[in-house]
Amino acid sequence: MLQKLLKVLAAWKEPFNGCKGLSVKKPRIFCYGASCDHPPVADTPALYLKDVMFRYAGTESMVLNNVSVSIQPGEKVALVGPNGAGKSTLMKLILGLEKLESGTINIYGHNAASCRHRVAMVPQKSSIDWSFPVTVRQVVLMGRYVHLGWFRRPSVADIAAVDRAMEAMEIADLASRQVGALSGGQQQRVMLARTLAHDADLLLLDEPLNHVDIATQELMFHTIESLCKEGKSVLVSTHDLGILTVHFSRALFLDKSIIADGPVKKVLTPENIARAYGFEFHKEGELKPWLNG
Amino acid sequence: MVEWIMEPLGYSFFLRGLFAGLAVSVACGMLSGFIVWRGMAFLGDALAHAILPGIVVSVMFGFSMFLGAMGAAVVSVVAIGAITGQRGFKDDTAIGVIFTGAFALGIVLMNRVSTFKDLSHILFGSILGVGTGDVTAIAAVALIVVIMVSLFYKELLVTSFDPTHAIAIGLSPTVIQYGLLFLVAATTVISVQTVGVVLVLALLVTPAAAASLLSKNLPVIIVMSIGFAAFSVLAGFYASYYLDLASGAAIVLTLTLVFSAVFAMAKVKAGLLRKQ
Repeated sequence: MLQKLLKVLAAWKEPFNGCKGLSVKKPRIFCYGASCDHPPVADTPALYLKDVMFRYAGTESMVLNNVSVSIQPGEKVALVGPNGAGKSTLMKLILGLEKLESGTINIYGHNAASCRHRVAMVPQKSSIDWSFPVTVRQVVLMGRYVHLGWFRRPSVADIAAVDRAMEAMEIADLASRQVGALSGGQQQRVMLARTLAHDADLLLLDEPLNHVDIATQELMFHTIESLCKEGKSVLVSTHDLGILTVHFSRALFLDKSIIADGPVKKVLTPENIARAYGFEFHKEGELKPWLNG
Repeated sequence: MVEWIMEPLGYSFFLRGLFAGLAVSVACGMLSGFIVWRGMAFLGDALAHAILPGIVVSVMFGFSMFLGAMGAAVVSVVAIGAITGQRGFKDDTAIGVIFTGAFALGIVLMNRVSTFKDLSHILFGSILGVGTGDVTAIAAVALIVVIMVSLFYKELLVTSFDPTHAIAIGLSPTVIQYGLLFLVAATTVISVQTVGVVLVLALLVTPAAAASLLSKNLPVIIVMSIGFAAFSVLAGFYASYYLDLASGAAIVLTLTLVFSAVFAMAKVKAGLLRKQ
């Protein structure tokens, strides 16, 4: 508690202004608003991870071990791996929600911990209070908050960005509905619309296919496709291996460390799947339908 | 009828009380939506009880009751924050421990102060007893609550709906939560004079509970909450004057009646919709 309080006090040194030069070690709160924006550095990867190590406080085992990845602008990458592989943790680290133990995460040439405008995430839905009385429009508008910062109200341009995002996700007719009253697919569209309104250059989608109807899936992949054509980069975590061959050219196979990285067909070899999912511990007969299918 | 309404307005104590009550209802209505939908009802109740020792101490040593109550509220909030998370305790456990302890301390202190015979107005409120200084303080706090909630509305919204997104864009939900708790504590303190420690929770929770039956949009809920709270203060006030009822109880009872009426209305409406 005292530590928490001290952290908060330390952060007050630079409360409402920019966060340029904010190092990883300093607390990352109050870095909020347009004054904190870091424009992309030319000719740098959209996402650059080098020797990333992470474990949760008070635990022994590493969740991520020596993860190094580079994703270029315009790339669309699938992040696959078994449950507990560290997919969500990796996304949280990129988003700056957890503190790195060691290593580097850069987004367009800037330290990920201070670069909030260039990256946005469609989270797993469990972290959200869906019963809270907010409308679809208000939630999509939250995507603009990162550019607004303290005390500023949304401008005409912000409202226009929100309208565009809702139209792109075909939810404009739901604008005044309470988000909790929507179906799973519609809720996922709202979250994607919020991410579009954020206007980030690097998009993270954490298991976006869970509980989502086919129409939403198609709309989602269509949107991702056109974002990539605009030069934005997208990282999608999924345990649905079937979707990969259709929609992605590059896949990362993560199981605490990167097991494979490259074209989907090269990554999804029976050996890699077996290694990541631990199939070698089962009887050989059980494996056959999986590997042949 | 007009005479019936105008008559008590001739008394300055009535006017003062009414103005204080309306200011309190604005502050409570402003926060009520957040308290209900962020699940802070129990915490609000705890705060109301935990300020008792602060009030008693301020009377013992003759300093501002507001400062005493705020001090006790801040200490309680920090203590609850410190216990929450220890060995996996949830916040309701921490709240339960702190609030009962603080309230018991307040009662013990009350017993020790022999000159302090009638503290029942703290427990149950005495809106007709508010002085000019109290009214100024109440109005100031209400104004601060309105300004702060308006200034930080979008931050309150995003930390309530999706704390993860809030952190991702550089906001600390913890800091926003403490800020909100501070406003709730200040509002509780000013509400105590109108309805008392025991019933203050009604003003913090019931308005938004009733409003949420009618709308699922927070700004609408906030406006309706202020309306319901103000109406209850007004109606409870006149009831208290004409029927010689305890003012706090009359206000809270009116609020509960409003909720019941809205609840019944919503049920009937839902039933009619289903038939169609």
